[in-house]
Amino acid sequence: MAYVAVKGGERAIDAAHAWLAEARRGDATLPELSLEQIEQQLGLAVDRVMAEGACYDRGLAALAVKQARGDLIEAAFLLRAYRTTLPRFGASLPMDTGAMRLRRRISATYKDLPGGQVLGPTFDYTHRLLDFALAAGGTPPPAPQATPDGEATPRVTGILAQEGLMAPEAPSETEPPDLTREPLSFPAERPLRLQALARGDEGFLLAMGYSTQRGYGNAHPFVGEIRMGEVAVEIAPPELGFPIEIGEITVTECQMVNQFAGSKTEPPQFTRGYGLVFGHGERKAMAMSLVDRALRARELGEEVDAPAQSEEFVLYHCDNVEATGFVEHLKLPHYVDFQSELEKVREMRATVFREAAE
Amino acid sequence: MTIETGYNFGYLDENTKRMIRRALLKAVAIPGHQVPFGSREMPLPYGWGTGGIQVTASVIGPQDRLKVIDQGADDTTNAVSIRRFFAKVAGVATTERTSGATIIQTRHRIPEVKLREGQILVYQVPMPEPLFRLEPRVSETRRMHALADYGLMHVRLYEDIARHGHIAISYNYPVMVGGRYLMSPSPIPAFDNPKMHRMPALQLFGAGREKRIYAVPPYTSVQSLDFEDHPFQPIRANAACALCGARDSYLDEVVTDDKGGRMFVCSDTDYCNTRQAAREAAE
Repeated sequence: MAYVAVKGGERAIDAAHAWLAEARRGDATLPELSLEQIEQQLGLAVDRVMAEGACYDRGLAALAVKQARGDLIEAAFLLRAYRTTLPRFGASLPMDTGAMRLRRRISATYKDLPGGQVLGPTFDYTHRLLDFALAAGGTPPPAPQATPDGEATPRVTGILAQEGLMAPEAPSETEPPDLTREPLSFPAERPLRLQALARGDEGFLLAMGYSTQRGYGNAHPFVGEIRMGEVAVEIAPPELGFPIEIGEITVTECQMVNQFAGSKTEPPQFTRGYGLVFGHGERKAMAMSLVDRALRARELGEEVDAPAQSEEFVLYHCDNVEATGFVEHLKLPHYVDFQSELEKVREMRATVFREAAE
Repeated sequence: MTIETGYNFGYLDENTKRMIRRALLKAVAIPGHQVPFGSREMPLPYGWGTGGIQVTASVIGPQDRLKVIDQGADDTTNAVSIRRFFAKVAGVATTERTSGATIIQTRHRIPEVKLREGQILVYQVPMPEPLFRLEPRVSETRRMHALADYGLMHVRLYEDIARHGHIAISYNYPVMVGGRYLMSPSPIPAFDNPKMHRMPALQLFGAGREKRIYAVPPYTSVQSLDFEDHPFQPIRANAACALCGARDSYLDEVVTDDKGGRMFVCSDTDYCNTRQAAREAAE
């Protein structure tokens, strides 16, 4: 092994990482968290890390949450850095979320609809009172069960489309771009935008979506439907020539219905904002669908003047792994640049004082 | 240090390296032009040298000897971290000697010692676009580069002179490469800019987060923007290094107490150490 330069910095880094490991474990007299516990009991954290880490693997996401001490952006980064080393075997066929095995399905546009509304495991309508009984621990009583009636649950936007009220999405056979292999380029078409949003930061999308509701971008949204549950993933290997199911994943889908006044070529109708997120990520799916609709302003001939409507602004800034890296790099040494700023400011001050004295 | 198994030599898989090498070849063929590339997530954060690391990983071979500096020094924490990364995933020899290195990855400095043919200087670049403070839209800056429409930058420099009497840029000072492309030299102090001009070594620039690569081939003209009546002026502290006495090197200012005490030392640690050793040997 060749000579490797060793300096004080190296020892400091080793010591810091040892301290980190100790702090991560916390009080060693308390039982250690298992990955299964994180996966089961911090499930929404695991889901968020899978979504923003762009890798569907609950076990690895739980490990990332544990390793990151609960810092979910750090966890998403760990998962991304792992994901990028994985080989790709192929692409899946488009998922049929209409055939989803539903755990939750609500529509804000219809009181009732085929297949009914299913609240599912939701925080909605809970009173946000700290539950001290939960602090004491214990197993909750079993939730009531019902048998599904087997009725089909078509997507709400499909119901609107039957009447011609929902702008159709033109099917395309072109190969979708791959954000993880090719750098972003603009104008970005919708498949690329949706890819970026699907792994974008929940907080960023929440704020951007919120801004469209407050007048920055002209949004008139209705939740056509939110559904969450399990969907089959299929691939069609070329050597087989027919699709095979390779498993199922949990996703949350939101279809936001927006009014569209029409244009020279299009009659007035509704348009769609779309959100799809790994796991149970309802806030993100909703925010994503608002931002997706805002980003369609250009193609729909609407005015583009709000931040949420700017492709470059949204797509370049929604990725929290990129954002956290660049914001946090400011803590790296910058003393060379700062020194030249010091000299420059001193020089400029000297000029100002000299001129004032004259 | 043990070599990490389970990863390819240099961490990146060979297909990724090939993609990056293609971008590098294109960049060398069009000096100063930013080439988009499919930057990968690295196990180090974006903004911490992932572009430079990907470039180094794509050009490094088992026979190479790598030097990594940050702020001119080999022992700054991020330089240590990146050097360890390559020792771990490539098992290559590392060195602190500028003259002994075949590849030098740097953040914010160009070594004081003149580089020679055959060496490669890899810069870590945070913002590859020299115009981003004047025009944040990448679609627009691409058009400006295509048309060599750099009036905006000249106006900015002119306004500095009109307002302050000086050009107020002290680092990341924009340069024209080969008389064609406006380029960010990365946040090196303006003091280092003249070293880029007709440098015998190959200069490669990697911006991981922004997914851009660019290059300055050996012996290419690199001119800092200026005006005939306001020529470019590199800046350094007007002092000598407290350790080696150098008056020609770029200096860091070290605050020694809270009563205004200061000392200046070379930012390039290898340059300073070599000079001190030579002086001791002479005594």
